[in-house]
Amino acid sequence: MPPIIDVQHLIKSYAGGGRALDDVSVEIESGEILALLGPNGAGKTTLISIICGLTRITEGTVSVGGFDVVKDYRKTRALIGLVPQELMLEPFETVFETVSLSRGLFGCKPNKSYIESVLSQLSLLDKKDAQMKELSGGMKRRVLIAKALSHEPKILFLDEPTAGVDVELRRDMWNVVTELKQRGVTIVLTTHYIEEAEEIADRVAVINGGKILLIEEKDKLMKRLGTKQLRIELQAPITTLPDSLSDVDVQRADDGMSLIYHYDVKAERTGITSLLSTLASEGIVLRDLQTYQSSLEDIFVGLVTEENK
Amino acid sequence: MNLYAVRAIYSFEMARTFRTMLQSIASPVISTALYFVVFGSAIGSRMTMIDGVPYGVFIVPGLIMLTVMMQSVANASFGIYFPKFLGTIYEPLSAPISPWEIVIGYVGAATTKSIMIGLIILAVSFLFVPVTIAHPVLMLCFLMLTAISFSLLGFILGIWARSFEQLNLVPMLILTPLVFLGGSFYSIDMLPPVWQTVTLFNPAVYLISGFRWAFFDTADVSIAVSLLAIGVFSAICFAVISWMFATGYRLKN
Repeated sequence: MPPIIDVQHLIKSYAGGGRALDDVSVEIESGEILALLGPNGAGKTTLISIICGLTRITEGTVSVGGFDVVKDYRKTRALIGLVPQELMLEPFETVFETVSLSRGLFGCKPNKSYIESVLSQLSLLDKKDAQMKELSGGMKRRVLIAKALSHEPKILFLDEPTAGVDVELRRDMWNVVTELKQRGVTIVLTTHYIEEAEEIADRVAVINGGKILLIEEKDKLMKRLGTKQLRIELQAPITTLPDSLSDVDVQRADDGMSLIYHYDVKAERTGITSLLSTLASEGIVLRDLQTYQSSLEDIFVGLVTEENK
Repeated sequence: MNLYAVRAIYSFEMARTFRTMLQSIASPVISTALYFVVFGSAIGSRMTMIDGVPYGVFIVPGLIMLTVMMQSVANASFGIYFPKFLGTIYEPLSAPISPWEIVIGYVGAATTKSIMIGLIILAVSFLFVPVTIAHPVLMLCFLMLTAISFSLLGFILGIWARSFEQLNLVPMLILTPLVFLGGSFYSIDMLPPVWQTVTLFNPAVYLISGFRWAFFDTADVSIAVSLLAIGVFSAICFAVISWMFATGYRLKN
């Protein structure tokens, strides 16, 4: 099946000479959740803006649903719903009016019951006649999501969706995202919060300085790049590490009650067996063992730091 | 054509008009009524007839044009500038809608509002002076063409403006003098010969003159020239808007 979004050799440069995107190629599969991770100014919003038609392409091609975003913009844009980063809403309009406007703009016939169902899903139904200026920041964020869903899009872009959002809304939002995914909607979200990507994404793309550093399935990425930590709790404390462990990446912790060992999950040999047999031969008695997977955040920071060197 | 989108923009803008009814409609009506009292009754009663028409009646088309031109520019410029200012412009720009459909929505709403105000002022004028309309259909056509062309100008201004200050600057510094000096309150025959020639470079003269012809069957310039002037003015506005959309001027990076 061809990708629903196909970005090839995309370059975005500005008159001043700055380059926001530098030869970006990404293929996004239908029905997946892709998290676009990157620091501020990495090019995340520029990439989304180009796909949605808000920013002009300098070089390269972008197609959505098999159609070119410039030549066939009516077809591509009808497929997309965008939740922007900023809370941009008309202060004097009501929730219902502003969501109805969005539906109309995307060429859909007015449908009161559908809009009400979207509002209900986002716990906004009781606010439908409230003006924007009366709503809290979290409520406004919900309205933006409702606007993006008003025309039943096949692709949803969430640009930093949880910035300044409370726990309840974040939970509601992920429920909506999960439900949309079940209906086959493709979701692209940009975020600083790596735990979000870790929680809901199928694939993760890391972008920095206008370049995609990597794009990979989240689980594979974590397996490929992640290091693991083995924590060995001891029956009795040790004051120094035995000489036989001097060449091994192991440290004492908890006043000698534990040992911490770092190993590479992608390595052919993790060194765990030899570590444990060395401990046994030294007469050190173990009480418990625990392993920890490094988080996406560790991976992300590692990649970005490496790129910036 | 994305008719639902045009309708959505139009209805959204018109809803704003009705929500701010007092500011949108009452204020131009009140200020025009004041013009009638001051120029029509107080000063007009001491003036002679102009082109065979009493002064109070003579200023009716000029006053309507004055308000329609100013309102068209103000409404259309605000209509597109406000979403730009708030950032909500992202939505029409990312929707499956062509630039001209956006123009029809915004300019259509601004035009409708201006025409409504123009007709209300006409109705108000009947309360003050005995107005007669020689060519009612052509009067409506002139009113509509003027509202459309000045709304297009307002749309350009709204895209160009980077601040509320700039939004007010052009109407204040350029438009108000042009409209006031365009013959709203006098016939250009009343000016010294040099100023008569200078006035011919003012596009508002042709519109006001044409509109006045529709009322009284007399005009400063010929009706064909007036129509041609509206046509040229609108064509220039269309060309500028086309260029703005083609280059993404102040709309897209």
